[in-house]
Amino acid sequence: MKIVLNGHEADVASDATLADVVASAGLAGRRVAIEVNREIVPRSDYAARLLAAGDRIEVVHAIGGG
Amino acid sequence: MNALPQSVTPAPIDDPLTIAGRAYRSRLLTGTGKFKDLAETGRATEAAGAEIVTVAIRRTNIGQNPGEPNLLDVLPPSRYTILPNTAGCYTADDAVRTCRLARELLDGHKLVKLEVLGDEKTLFPDVVQTLKAAEILVADGFDVMVYTSDDPILARKLEAIGCVAVMPLAAPIGSGLGIQNRWNLVEIVENAKVPVLVDAGVGTASDASIAMELGCDGVLMNTAIAGAKDPVLMAHAMKLAVEAGRAAFRAGRIPRKRYASASSPLDGRVG
Repeated sequence: MKIVLNGHEADVASDATLADVVASAGLAGRRVAIEVNREIVPRSDYAARLLAAGDRIEVVHAIGGG
Repeated sequence: MNALPQSVTPAPIDDPLTIAGRAYRSRLLTGTGKFKDLAETGRATEAAGAEIVTVAIRRTNIGQNPGEPNLLDVLPPSRYTILPNTAGCYTADDAVRTCRLARELLDGHKLVKLEVLGDEKTLFPDVVQTLKAAEILVADGFDVMVYTSDDPILARKLEAIGCVAVMPLAAPIGSGLGIQNRWNLVEIVENAKVPVLVDAGVGTASDASIAMELGCDGVLMNTAIAGAKDPVLMAHAMKLAVEAGRAAFRAGRIPRKRYASASSPLDGRVG
């Protein structure tokens, strides 16, 4: 099924969890924060959070800024 | 002697800057943008002696250089107070959303730098949206350090909402124009019961000293350091400037007079 990950369409398995997406993006264990459809999903819930087609996922981190 | 580890009894801080109940030695807060690389960011932050550093919250690059070093590896939250900003936000909603993401990112961390911009050319704050966002964030339990214009009335309103620090600009962000409206800053400082920090517009060390001599509690800067030819040396200069300006403010300067006043006694001159 298709989801939108940081503004780009991505294909994931129909039973994919948020943890699967994080792992396949190479972000497992990295310090990130995630919204699904504008709602923050706590880090501890990634593995339990099943995704649905069309979900819009935002993954953010801290970068240099003033 | 039976020396205790130093961490057990930290030395009391002389003249601390207290923000949201936490005392800091350094009155210089630094941004982490615009440096050549993370190593330079780390060296400049160290040279500045900063204890509070701002960061931006942005989308993670998916699938690109997953092994690349992270800013928070260079500036670990265990050592620095991380101050996530809402730079680039033009509405209260976007700013609030960014702060909530930052809180999740930093494990429940409540301190944020709120800035809601109104215009790309000046990067002046949209004060209406800033007030709205501040109200929402304070109600949501955030400790809000707020970037604002140098308007004393607005500063008072932001303090009344419950912001933990008011941070008027000295001049537009990144302009390096220095303190443009010192009497407004003095008015803000004299009215405020929360720390007042100059945020934005500093160009060189003397600007930082002037801000502190006026009675500001601290200075937050990024471009003045990161954009200097030698950022690490400028960070050192800014550390000294903030310390010197603060000491001069505490010492109490002499009044300005129009005519001379001899330093040496008149009595006992030869002849």
